[in-house]
Amino acid sequence: MATGTVTRFEASLDRLDVGWTHATTDEFESVLADVATEPAVGTPLPFDVALPDWVNTTPTPADLDEATTGVTAAALGIASYGSVVLPSTTAGGEPVSLFPDLHVAVVRTSDVVPGMPEAFEWFGPEFREGDHSSAIIATGPSATADMGELVTGAHGPKAVHVVMLDE
Amino acid sequence: MSKSRADKAARIRRLLDTEGEAVKSNTRGFNQGRYDSVAKLESYEELKDRARAIKEDAIERLPELIDELTQTIEENGGTVYVADDAADANRYVREVCREKDADRVVKSKSMTSEEIEVNEFLEADGIEVVETDLGEWVLQVADESPSHIVAPAIHKSREGIARLFNETFDPDDELETAKELTMFARERLLEKIKGADVGMTGANFVTADTGTIALVTSEGNARKSAVVPETHVAVAGVEKVIPAVEDLQPFVELIGRSGTGQDITSYVSLLTPPVDSPTVDFDDPDTPIAADGDRDFHLVLIDNGRFDMREDEQLKETLYCIRCSACSNVCANFQSVGGHAFGGETYSGGIATGWEAGIEGLDTAGEFNDLCTGCSRCVDACPVKIDIPWINTVVRDRINRGTDHEFDWLVDGLTPDAEAEGVDLQKRFFGNFSTVASVGSALAPLSNWVASTDVSRRLLASTLGVDARRDLPSFERETLVDWFESRGPRVSASEAAREAVLYPDVYTNHAMVDRGKAAVRALEALGVHVRVPDVPSSGRAPLSQGMLATAEEHAHDLYAALAEHIDAGRDVVVIEPSDLAMFDREYEKFLAPRSHERLSEGSYEVMEYLYGLLENGADPDALRGPPATDPGVAYHAHCQQRTLGLAGYTEAVLGDLGYDVVTSDVECCGMAGSFGYKSEYYELSMDVGSELEAQFSTRETRHRTVVASGTSCLEQLDSLLARPSRHPVQLVAPGEN
Ligand code: SF4
Repeated sequence: MATGTVTRFEASLDRLDVGWTHATTDEFESVLADVATEPAVGTPLPFDVALPDWVNTTPTPADLDEATTGVTAAALGIASYGSVVLPSTTAGGEPVSLFPDLHVAVVRTSDVVPGMPEAFEWFGPEFREGDHSSAIIATGPSATADMGELVTGAHGPKAVHVVMLDE
Repeated sequence: MSKSRADKAARIRRLLDTEGEAVKSNTRGFNQGRYDSVAKLESYEELKDRARAIKEDAIERLPELIDELTQTIEENGGTVYVADDAADANRYVREVCREKDADRVVKSKSMTSEEIEVNEFLEADGIEVVETDLGEWVLQVADESPSHIVAPAIHKSREGIARLFNETFDPDDELETAKELTMFARERLLEKIKGADVGMTGANFVTADTGTIALVTSEGNARKSAVVPETHVAVAGVEKVIPAVEDLQPFVELIGRSGTGQDITSYVSLLTPPVDSPTVDFDDPDTPIAADGDRDFHLVLIDNGRFDMREDEQLKETLYCIRCSACSNVCANFQSVGGHAFGGETYSGGIATGWEAGIEGLDTAGEFNDLCTGCSRCVDACPVKIDIPWINTVVRDRINRGTDHEFDWLVDGLTPDAEAEGVDLQKRFFGNFSTVASVGSALAPLSNWVASTDVSRRLLASTLGVDARRDLPSFERETLVDWFESRGPRVSASEAAREAVLYPDVYTNHAMVDRGKAAVRALEALGVHVRVPDVPSSGRAPLSQGMLATAEEHAHDLYAALAEHIDAGRDVVVIEPSDLAMFDREYEKFLAPRSHERLSEGSYEVMEYLYGLLENGADPDALRGPPATDPGVAYHAHCQQRTLGLAGYTEAVLGDLGYDVVTSDVECCGMAGSFGYKSEYYELSMDVGSELEAQFSTRETRHRTVVASGTSCLEQLDSLLARPSRHPVQLVAPGEN
């Protein structure tokens, strides 16, 4: 992936006040330990890294309720918006990314695409004949301005952190 | 003032007082956000074109797409139900709920469910229905109706919401800040979602190829409502179906920017139900969540008048609407009074007329249709390029045909119109203003004197609803056409660089004659051979009153009168921007395509024309620059001139001549033709105008010379400001020698 795209992704995340960190596969565990808090829940990552033991990957509803961090994989990063694409999975990527106060999205640096057109080039075939048929384009934390000013964490996470995996 | 006018005025005044402030600051914030956000988008125009094309195609092929979608969703394991009307849809939803033994439904706002009033229906069946969008929940608690398409509680202030929550829920600690209110709502609603049996959402778009539902939200509750309970019911109008997943892209990039000015909302959910996610059963908190394949999905597609709209050449465009609210936020009247006045049963703002006319009927649309002044500021704002003012005009025409009249004799002599019976007297009066003006000129100054007497003002007020607080235009005895005829051209055709026909619009010809004379002098100073022929009026006045047949007649007459000049290679120069806008836009509906094209291409706004002459080598010194002690210029561009992208020419000409120009950035002066004259709207018109007044009364602007391009803007500015205002051409034109 062109460095320009990744730089743009980082700049977009900065603008959204979303934290980001790069990690090699070796560094991944310690980076995660730095950004996440326990109790943490997660879904297995489809990458060359595994989630550490302290991340509960078979959460119950009660675990979801208590967790302060949710870790899930993102299929894509979208540089121009600072969005991450979160596929719905049978392992529960949707609730895990939604209930805890902090969502940590793990995306491969090579999966960062420049913009929406490239993202939709992925969605079309993926939804029609790929592994996933649903996904969320998530951009920053959940938010509302309905109570008079912008507040994050309306129903979903109050904060988001993106870990870019440099494989 | 008649009783109904007085009631309407009172209602508007009450809304201005109680909800105006909150609506004003929120819509203006959204609108500014839209300007900022779309400016960053390189491919904005291209995205709008694509969005428009996708919608045109989808509505064209709608039955076919619905079939494809039904098949897809059934293959996915869900169900599609196409409901004829509200009752049909509600029955179906109730059936699903009964089958699931549902005690509680959690909803994420869907305008369509508001349209069919499903909450009341389900509640009557003993089901608890909880709105989970924070704004929508506030309204549910307050038992109020939405006042905006995307921000339903926009009319409520933070203080008002705090009071409501504290009174209703009596929390241990008084709630005060936006954060406290949000977190309080989040906790309460989370409990509701956890115990819900059915999640109900709307759908911003549904793709036929995959059965994917796109939900554009920021709060996260739509995701929770759709994914936590086992059963998901999505309710959407049939017009939401688009062909393929890829078609979502332009909308995803446009919808948030157009509405609230966010580049993108926090979540764009692309859910292809039944989704893979495990349900989260909080009744069984200790079993790990796992997908068990028990998910159930129902898509209820609602017709409720939409298929008829699709067959209606004029209302059809309404179906392209993606409910982004840009047309509300950009609308000066909406900014002041909000959706409780400018709205119907469900929909509000500019496009609400189209929706309500199609879904509820003309009566409902008629209650607020007049709040669209046709200023056209929404035309540029709409991401699918709907000609919203045209829809409003067409609906106005249809409403007109159903009203009755007792005072017709009063204006009959003045109304040589093509309207069948039924057009409201006030509308016929304003719609035939060209005749009123000729009679006025012929009888001036007597007519001015008579019009200003108490008796006539009272009569005008009681029968025609002309507000007595508004100054009437004062007619000149000598019209511009007469003046020019006796004066003659000062640049002969043989020595002229160009030949132009100055179009004598009704106001310039009869009332604001001086600006016409100034235009003649400015054109001649730059070497143009000018003619001012006696031609019919453009039809703008009847058009604004929704008198389409009359407007169309004017269009044909005027084109016939100008065609010869255009054939002879003469340019048509227009002083009144709203008339030029007619030639460019509305005439497309009235004239043969070739005629429309020739007139539109051959016509110029006067300052645009001067700009062109200067750019092509005319001598700027022939025009008048600022005097040494010039206080600078405060300029208000007419709304239609801005929509057509013409405002910049005036700024450029003034700037080139050395004037220091400050331009107002308010959307509209609040007058827009006859609007501010009508007693029921006078106060709203002044409220909208107050923003323009404020911009021209700051330390920086209050000494500047005020100029404006449109007649109505000039009239409004004269009533708002102590100092007089003029057309910019009057500033730059040399004196008569
Ligand atoms: S008419 Fe256009 S601007 Fe208005 S809500 Fe619909 S899409 Fe948006």
